[in-house]
Amino acid sequence: MIAQLTANERQRAILISLAVALCGLLLGLAGRDDPIGIHGALIFLAGVATIFLIGSSYFAPEPSDERFASYYDDPSKVGIVLAMIWVVFGLAVGDWVAWQLVNPDLTFGGGWSSFGRIRPVHTTSVIFGFGGNALIATSFYVLQRTSRARLPDQLAPWFVLFGYNLFCLIAVTGYLMGITQSKEYAEPEWYDDILLVVVWVVYFLIYVRTLARRKEPHIYVANWYYMAFILVVAMLHIVNNLAVPVSLGHAKSYSLFSGVQDAMTEWWYGHNAVAFFLTSGFLGMLYYFLPMRAGRPIYSYRLSIISFWGITFFYMWAGSHHLHYTALPQWVQTLGMTFSLMLLIPSWASATNALLTLNGAWHKVRDDATLRFMMVAAVFYGLTTFEGSFMAIRPVNSLSHYTDWTIGHVHAGALGWVAMITFGSIYAIVPWLWKREAMYSARLVEAHFWLALSGTVIYVFAMWNSGIIQGLMWRTYNESGTLAYSFVDSLIAMHPYYIARAVGGLLFLIGACVGAYNVWMTITLPARAAERSGDLPEPGLAEPQLAGAAAQPAE
Amino acid sequence: MSIFGFHYRLERKTMGLVLGIILVASVGGLVEIAPLFTIHQTVEDAPDMRLYTPLELAGRNIYIREGCYACHSQMIRTLRDEVDRYGPYSLAVESKYDHPMLWGSKRTGPDLARIGEKYSDQWHVAHLNNPRDVVPVSVMPAYGWLSATELRTDDLGLHLKAQRAVGVPYTDDMIANAATDATAQAAPDSPLADGLAKRYGKATTIRAFDGQPNQLTEMDALVAYLQILGRLTNAAVKPVAEAGTVPSGAAP
Repeated sequence: MIAQLTANERQRAILISLAVALCGLLLGLAGRDDPIGIHGALIFLAGVATIFLIGSSYFAPEPSDERFASYYDDPSKVGIVLAMIWVVFGLAVGDWVAWQLVNPDLTFGGGWSSFGRIRPVHTTSVIFGFGGNALIATSFYVLQRTSRARLPDQLAPWFVLFGYNLFCLIAVTGYLMGITQSKEYAEPEWYDDILLVVVWVVYFLIYVRTLARRKEPHIYVANWYYMAFILVVAMLHIVNNLAVPVSLGHAKSYSLFSGVQDAMTEWWYGHNAVAFFLTSGFLGMLYYFLPMRAGRPIYSYRLSIISFWGITFFYMWAGSHHLHYTALPQWVQTLGMTFSLMLLIPSWASATNALLTLNGAWHKVRDDATLRFMMVAAVFYGLTTFEGSFMAIRPVNSLSHYTDWTIGHVHAGALGWVAMITFGSIYAIVPWLWKREAMYSARLVEAHFWLALSGTVIYVFAMWNSGIIQGLMWRTYNESGTLAYSFVDSLIAMHPYYIARAVGGLLFLIGACVGAYNVWMTITLPARAAERSGDLPEPGLAEPQLAGAAAQPAE
Repeated sequence: MSIFGFHYRLERKTMGLVLGIILVASVGGLVEIAPLFTIHQTVEDAPDMRLYTPLELAGRNIYIREGCYACHSQMIRTLRDEVDRYGPYSLAVESKYDHPMLWGSKRTGPDLARIGEKYSDQWHVAHLNNPRDVVPVSVMPAYGWLSATELRTDDLGLHLKAQRAVGVPYTDDMIANAATDATAQAAPDSPLADGLAKRYGKATTIRAFDGQPNQLTEMDALVAYLQILGRLTNAAVKPVAEAGTVPSGAAP
């Protein structure tokens, strides 16, 4: 890994690590009376460890110029492994949290292990740890192939990957110590937010610099989505996290916004974290790995364009549907509902485009669990976006909001769409990255598929039931015109569904463990096959399947 | 030239795509968020609105630290059943000083927007200590250590200062006395209580919230915060016409 870096890159890497260690030291000293001090120490140690890591191979010979004849995939490999570690951890914490709602004493008496602290550990681990690492790893891979250009240097991708994982680590350890902004899906505090901004700028620059070196005249559709993911997440992250820290030695900060403006900003962010983190990025994945695995070009170039710009425009209006019937002015609620409904058009355009791409390859879907992961992901994407638009309608929302229906909806998207497309892509990319003929075991991929699908279905059905029952019980009146059920009555009614949900989650977790084992065995097994043919930054060789989609003639 | 022909050329330009994405993605937020800061009717006027005392603010920070917002909303919607169950629907002004707001998105437990003074301090202490002692089927975690953990007060002045930086009108006097005010609020017999009432108003509740007058604990802070919820202003219980625009069927 280090031996691949040039002497110049090794020097710069040490300087950066030194700067990171220094920042950690300063935070640690300034915040010695506050939990932030522990994070300072953590950042300091991360910097020092990196210096030792680089130092261990500092005097290794320079890499040969032959490296320019191939793509730079080491960061993608590490990213995939990290994604698998995060998903197993994040799902395990998620299932633990689910069991806590069955038996609240499963906190074992600790403050760090109570529901409120480990729930964000679950969400951050799966969304940012698993999803983010998978996005970074696949985006580097896809970017190089579809541009037929090697990454511009070998240091920046490592900076992005390590910096990003440090961000996730600080976030997750912070929640356990009670460090949180309380903004959903934007819980990390100010110093962690600043770290992410730096990482993200470098990530964006890698994208632009690689595209500038591309040998393909057109930028492939997957890259539009990856770019929208990078750009808009940056916008959302910066605006929503504007805050004033108590002092440089305090983890705590106070959001710049308050009340209704803060609520709108938070859900503008929150809903578009769904849009641009959990949708755009993963559509980028879908637009590359699905056609490659199916061996068929994307069905329609025009649908790709319509859905891309539709999603990028409409989604940004939809956040206010999280605030129906609240103190948010009604005109904003109405706009949010209207755009949520219109959003169905580009969403279904994407899902349709994916499924029609499979026309002519349905026998592969039947035989190949990897492709089936992607097909099911597209189906769940279609279902979840329909459900989302439906739930954004004000009267529907009056029932569904605040209930487990929302949780069911989120998991239909997160498990059925995001995790499925990611697992499918990982099963496709791992043999390509490590130059293997195939995954270690096709039967284990098959087992994972059925565990994941059954887990998702059980989870979603449990939450639909509990959510609708809850919503109905809260609004039921008896004959004398008073509320028929107390809140506790509704809580008792949830119990069986909370058990079912935890079981569904457990199945999904077992599936992910099977997947992690399979990935690990594929990596550690001796190489069995030659390189993927034509997988080089030379023009005219690679990606014959995708060429069909990008090279549609102009009208 | 069709739009697809235009796009065929656009997708050859990195910066064209970048600018296009930024432009197209900015519109929604600009239209929906920016006016909320400028349209006056967005937040109602409430001249009687008071500030969180340092102890209540510390309690609010514990509420955030423990992730209470993950299961409890603080936003009663304009729906008949919610008003019947929880009280008058929430107004924007009530969270005017909430940086950030804690409206929440899920009710695994009930809404807390108007929980203040609905239950006694003793009930809250017992409930936080072990929820199943008072609600046998509760799935809420136990927060037993709060009563045993001393509250950090030495930096409360800095907290108030940061709050002022984001727009909460704390005075220099309040900032200078933040730590003593926090102690005073949970020590009813102490001579410091007068200063607290002078700075934050006579209605300020001064009680040994956790039942231990000689000790200032995190339990004191959290209970003080829970007891002020919905009571910073009485704008929401005023006649409907004065409180601003209201959908029908939701009169309190």
